[in-house]
Amino acid sequence: MIGASTIERRPASISLGAARRSRRALRVRRMATPYLLLAPAMLIYAVFTVYPIYRQFDISFFDWHIFPGATNPYVGWSNYSQIFHDPVIRTAAFNSLLFVVITVPAQIILGLLAAAVLTDRLAGSAFWRAAVYIPVITSWVVVSWVFAYIFNAQGGLMNSLLSVFAGHTVRIDWIAQTWTANGVIWLLSVWKGFGWSFIIFLAALDGIPREQLEAARVDGASERRVWRHVVIPALRPALTFVTVLLVIGAATVFAQVFILTKGGPYNSTQVLFSYAYQQAFTNFAFGYGAAIASLLCIVLFGFSWVEIRLMKNQVN
Amino acid sequence: MAIALEAPAPASPALAIGPGLFGVKPRKKLRLVIAIILALISIGPLLYMLSLSFTPNNSFLGSSASLIPGNPTFQNYIDAWTENSFGHYFLNSVGVSVATVIITVALASLAAFAFARYKFPFRELIFYLFLASLAVPGLMLLIPQYLLLDRLHLLDSLEGLTLLYVSTNLPFTIFFLRGFFEGIPKEWEEAYRLEGAGTLRVLTGLILPLSLPAVAVVSMFTFNAAWDDFPTALTMLNSPTHYTLPIGLQYFIGAHTVAYGPFFAASVIATIPTLIVFLISLRWFRSGVSLGGIR
Repeated sequence: MIGASTIERRPASISLGAARRSRRALRVRRMATPYLLLAPAMLIYAVFTVYPIYRQFDISFFDWHIFPGATNPYVGWSNYSQIFHDPVIRTAAFNSLLFVVITVPAQIILGLLAAAVLTDRLAGSAFWRAAVYIPVITSWVVVSWVFAYIFNAQGGLMNSLLSVFAGHTVRIDWIAQTWTANGVIWLLSVWKGFGWSFIIFLAALDGIPREQLEAARVDGASERRVWRHVVIPALRPALTFVTVLLVIGAATVFAQVFILTKGGPYNSTQVLFSYAYQQAFTNFAFGYGAAIASLLCIVLFGFSWVEIRLMKNQVN
Repeated sequence: MAIALEAPAPASPALAIGPGLFGVKPRKKLRLVIAIILALISIGPLLYMLSLSFTPNNSFLGSSASLIPGNPTFQNYIDAWTENSFGHYFLNSVGVSVATVIITVALASLAAFAFARYKFPFRELIFYLFLASLAVPGLMLLIPQYLLLDRLHLLDSLEGLTLLYVSTNLPFTIFFLRGFFEGIPKEWEEAYRLEGAGTLRVLTGLILPLSLPAVAVVSMFTFNAAWDDFPTALTMLNSPTHYTLPIGLQYFIGAHTVAYGPFFAASVIATIPTLIVFLISLRWFRSGVSLGGIR
């Protein structure tokens, strides 16, 4: 088959000039090929992701309105200075930070625990692995309402359970009060999220050659040393990856807050992006919303950069 | 984890030799207990949702909750499917998600092939340009994307929504597929080319079939992202005829605050497709892992 096709090609290069021409055409084609392959993806990406990034910064300097015929005056840095004088931003930033500090370590610890327990042979491990990952694939709207009903003041599972233990009727309106509502949001986020860090850690642990563990033990290494010198170094890149992506995700938390509390009561459960969203799409302050989102993007970008830098230094 | 670290030194060194993560004491019972607890925590609320979906609608918001409905009913499912154009939202979601997967995987495999197999000017720069957006969640761009779709007359359309999903999912898909493509021996490709195959034939006839596990896994991720998305659809869609499932569900409960039964039935129906896609991809996940083991 291969021989036949080589012979077939030969007649095309009988004339020398034609050969040179076709060779050059071939070279041009080879040069162009990667760009042609990239073009469709780059076009969509440039229009729907890169341009909006630029546009976000752009409109953050305007008092932007979307109503037809409205003027959009340039306001310089005033949207940004407003951020530092807005009391709701202070609450939202505090809630976002708290959300990061609470949900990220919780997801990492639970993910690590599940991965450590399930990496080696265990009865039914395929089932346990799938079960732990399932919350990740569920929809935010669905699970937010399931949790809302579990924590409902009337007929909710949590109050019923507490009533049994307390011996009298407990009727806590979890979602309506600031700190219990935050608690439900955190619980839901950790529950839905830890399966994701679990599969990343599982892949990292599965990737450790088992002979390496055995060899270390044959050499007389204690379990403590095996973990220090083999297991933990193998986990480190996964840990950085998971931390960076979880922090980015947690700092931009939105759906569960929007569905469960809409930032209420009185903006007390507002997080940064739910507030930016409300500014843009409820108050139509697009410039201000864009300024909040831009600032958040810059902070996160700086954070990822530093974190990845630190990881590279560790590896070297 | 602390358990393993504190494991006492074994009496006989021969006993210490084991290939597992936990060496001499695999601690199977303890691990099994933890696995069962974690799995129960994970699927417990979903099983409760299943139970709620069979609970008669007038039993909600009662004085006390029960884990299993007293007199289970299928009526919620009938109500969910017939009311509220739920079937319509379902079809919208299927269309958007399937289109997103097909377009994303097609465009990403072309791009990943370029990154994996060609050397060309600005290769690194372009690759990092794609990667950089992983640090900026798609969600953060809702405001400018809204204005952009408005400009392009794509607001309140499933096409506009699909394009946003494709753009958001491209970077990770390219990154993932590139890694897999690089692992395929170049000689196979050269042999294929000698048979007269062009670049596209190499990709569709050789690289993609060999990368089926990777394609299955990224397809699952992309499908989930599109099926599950709430914020983008909430922002871009206005007319009920264009609603996808999450938006339909959200307004479902908003419009009928008392219709918990049908809502949870609808939630169960909405969860089934992702579950099926996940279970199918699980099979590929395993073969992907074992394939990696052979290489």
